[in-house]
Amino acid sequence: MRKYILKRLFLSLFILFFVALIIYTIMRSLPTSYVESIARQRANLPGSKSFTEWMDQLNAIYGLNTGIIQGFFQWIGSAIGGNFGDSWYYNIPVTQKFTQVIWYSFALGAIAFIFELLIAIPLGILSAKKQYSKTDYAVTVFALIGISLPTFFFATILKLVFSINLGWFDLYGMVGRFHDQLTPLGKILDIARHYVLPVITLVCVNIGSLMRFTRTNMLEVLNSDFIRTARAKGLPERKVVNRHAFRNTLIPIVTIIGGALPGLFSGALITETLFGITGIGRTAYDAMVNGDIPFSMFYLVFLAILTLSGTLLADILYAAVDPRVRVS
Amino acid sequence: MDYEKKDIHEQGAVDNRIEEIALDDERRIKVLSPTMLVFKRFIRNKLAITGAIIIGFMFIFAFVGGWLMPYAEDQTFTKYVDMQKDYAAVSVNRDYKYTEVEGAKFPLAARSEFVLAVSKNGTDISSDGIDYTIEKLGQDFYRIYQQTDIAVATKVGKNYNISITGDVGKGFEAEFKKALENGDTQFTSGQTTYVVIQKKKTFHAAISNPVAIASKYMFDFATADADSGYEFRYQAELAMNEVKDRGGKGTITFTANGKQYEMEVEDDTAVIFAADDYNAVYANISRYIVQATYPDVFLSIDFKTQVKELISEDASEFIFTEADGTARRYTIVRNNEQWNIKWTESTLVFDDYHSPTWAHPLGTDGSGMDVLTRLMYGGRISLMIGFIVVLIETLIGVVVGGLAGYFKKHMDNALMRVVDVFNSIPSLPLIIILGAMMDEMRVDPQARMIYLMVILGLLGWPGIARMVRGQILSLREQEFMTAAEATGISATSRIFKHLVPNVIPQLIVICTMDLGNIILMESTLSFLGLGVKFPFASWGNIINDVNNVFVLTNYPFVWIPAGFCILITVLGFNFVGDGLRDAFDPKMKR
Repeated sequence: MRKYILKRLFLSLFILFFVALIIYTIMRSLPTSYVESIARQRANLPGSKSFTEWMDQLNAIYGLNTGIIQGFFQWIGSAIGGNFGDSWYYNIPVTQKFTQVIWYSFALGAIAFIFELLIAIPLGILSAKKQYSKTDYAVTVFALIGISLPTFFFATILKLVFSINLGWFDLYGMVGRFHDQLTPLGKILDIARHYVLPVITLVCVNIGSLMRFTRTNMLEVLNSDFIRTARAKGLPERKVVNRHAFRNTLIPIVTIIGGALPGLFSGALITETLFGITGIGRTAYDAMVNGDIPFSMFYLVFLAILTLSGTLLADILYAAVDPRVRVS
Repeated sequence: MDYEKKDIHEQGAVDNRIEEIALDDERRIKVLSPTMLVFKRFIRNKLAITGAIIIGFMFIFAFVGGWLMPYAEDQTFTKYVDMQKDYAAVSVNRDYKYTEVEGAKFPLAARSEFVLAVSKNGTDISSDGIDYTIEKLGQDFYRIYQQTDIAVATKVGKNYNISITGDVGKGFEAEFKKALENGDTQFTSGQTTYVVIQKKKTFHAAISNPVAIASKYMFDFATADADSGYEFRYQAELAMNEVKDRGGKGTITFTANGKQYEMEVEDDTAVIFAADDYNAVYANISRYIVQATYPDVFLSIDFKTQVKELISEDASEFIFTEADGTARRYTIVRNNEQWNIKWTESTLVFDDYHSPTWAHPLGTDGSGMDVLTRLMYGGRISLMIGFIVVLIETLIGVVVGGLAGYFKKHMDNALMRVVDVFNSIPSLPLIIILGAMMDEMRVDPQARMIYLMVILGLLGWPGIARMVRGQILSLREQEFMTAAEATGISATSRIFKHLVPNVIPQLIVICTMDLGNIILMESTLSFLGLGVKFPFASWGNIINDVNNVFVLTNYPFVWIPAGFCILITVLGFNFVGDGLRDAFDPKMKR
């Protein structure tokens, strides 16, 4: 087991290296005139460094005057030490900005994920138990609509209905107008209020795939021989489903949940941008649109790490949870 | 499984009627081709059929609809809007207006000196080394003379020392001396009249010429080319003053530049007729200034007369009929001592955010384009991008997956690591960065669309490659592959002629699902303004309008249909993909 984990870990680092290299190459291949114009633009901001200083920083940190490979090793050298340079857009070190905003994203992702689990798993199991019933069709259609919903459209509809027509929530932002005058509890409630619509958006958009996954796996388990045996020996249906079937369905579900955990840190780019939640997704979006190369570089590599660790975690969990896999 | 039972049951029902046929007769066994079986299973699935209908409808909507629509993709519509525009302004004149004699100059500095002198009841001013004399002709009516020095006399004892600077006739000196001794203020020599001005200890003999008149009255002329010069104004005001002195009301005639005029005076206003045409007003005199807001507009005298009357009556609205018979409604807005006259002018503007009508069933968008037409063309682009991207993805995915699955070992290992690498590249952020860069570089919208397809295709293939590899790994161990190997055909044709065709069912399913995802991705990018760009329509960039909260709130007919188009189309592809998966693999049944 340890050997397996070590091997996978090594492989992931190997892949990460090449992903970073590709991202770095793309970033370096952006036309220099663009980089220069951005540097000039940044230099014109009040309180910013001068143009030559920006260009010097670029050359020093990203080795723009060196070859791509050499520059990449320079970048990776300082990145391992935790130095990702200064953000061009926010004018502070990239890692500092990251630590400022990441927890807002994590809170949003985690709350939405808990709701997803609470709704998707029971519904998926229900629709598998009553295959081809009206409930099954309803759940299937609901799940597929969720998968097919464009996030921005759904978010906009929610805004129109709940923020504008009903006036229950604010259109944008994380805090209300009088946030500073509230008691500590009131402040928390205020933020919670601003999280309602984003959480609903995320849950509705992401719930479909988990629901389908649960249903497929439950069906697979329900069609397996040991369930037939359990039924044959006269166990009540409730016991068959809740004890024997459900526990076995949990194996792939736990795997996929484990795999999804790192993703909670990735931030919801569209949702955060539309609802004005200053999480990592929105911060990164603003940085990327404004040509902030250090921050974009960091965010892309960060996302790659999350994807890789998600796969890694899922594979390890799969081996750990399912004794049948462990043998091979 | 239920469906298959039903199949047998139906066949049984048919066969009961033909009793002579033996149980194992060939005619009893209805053989369906695998494709037919898949098709039959597919059309029994209600959701799949719904999806297929949706997609069919969307295709007709996008490709045939756009062709049938009378409007072009980027055709804009305009409308006339009544806008209140300033037409003229009226104010009471409180400043002196100067009319200079032809050829003479009364400069600005002298004018201010004049105002100062008048307020102190002075009569002599000097500015810039030139002396002027003011002659009061009536209330707020003055004539200004310029003095040109001809000779200077200095008193020495009893004698006068005269030095002549100008051009004078004979006997000038004697006349000047006489006048000085008598203390006269003016004298005549030859035919010229000179004035004598004392400045401290010197006496100046000067020619006095009128340069200008100053008055607070305003003249309005009936025609732009009317005689509006010094002589006319001088004579007119002189005549008007005469009437005012007589009692303020009455008629008088005067001559200016050899032409006779008649004037009717009433208090502060006067109307002047040319003597040869009593029907038309020649000019008006009043204290009001009526000025057109735009310099190219000439306000007719009738208009001005009417406006002045209405202002004294405090009216707020009137209709004026031009000489050519067109009537217009004007409104008067008073602002302290100023009156603004506004008229409603119809202006051609883009017919933006027009509510749905028969001509525009879904209204018009922010650029004045027909929303329904934009939806149709947007559908074309969204669907076309979807298909091209899927094509690119499938080509790369099948080649990589096929090679990896067939050759195993090192080839497999190397290719799958490449797949892992591509799978880990975050595609949405990367495309956002590239989109922002293309924005900065002002890439042509058409080229942009092609780049978008290529980028989406290059980033999307790992999923297909994985699936193909997985399938081929198990297929290559089957007997038919041993047979294929035994025939001695090349590895390439073994992969692409024998293995890949067996993967096609799964490939169709994954491609159908992918189509939906790509449409979602493309619309998200277009919504962010980083995908398909104006003038091309896309469902995403139609919704882009909601970034303006006013549009979000007030014009849902612009963006809701586009959102539904995306939702319905993606849903259709997912339904069909789902149905196809069931149909291809009846054992799994989803």
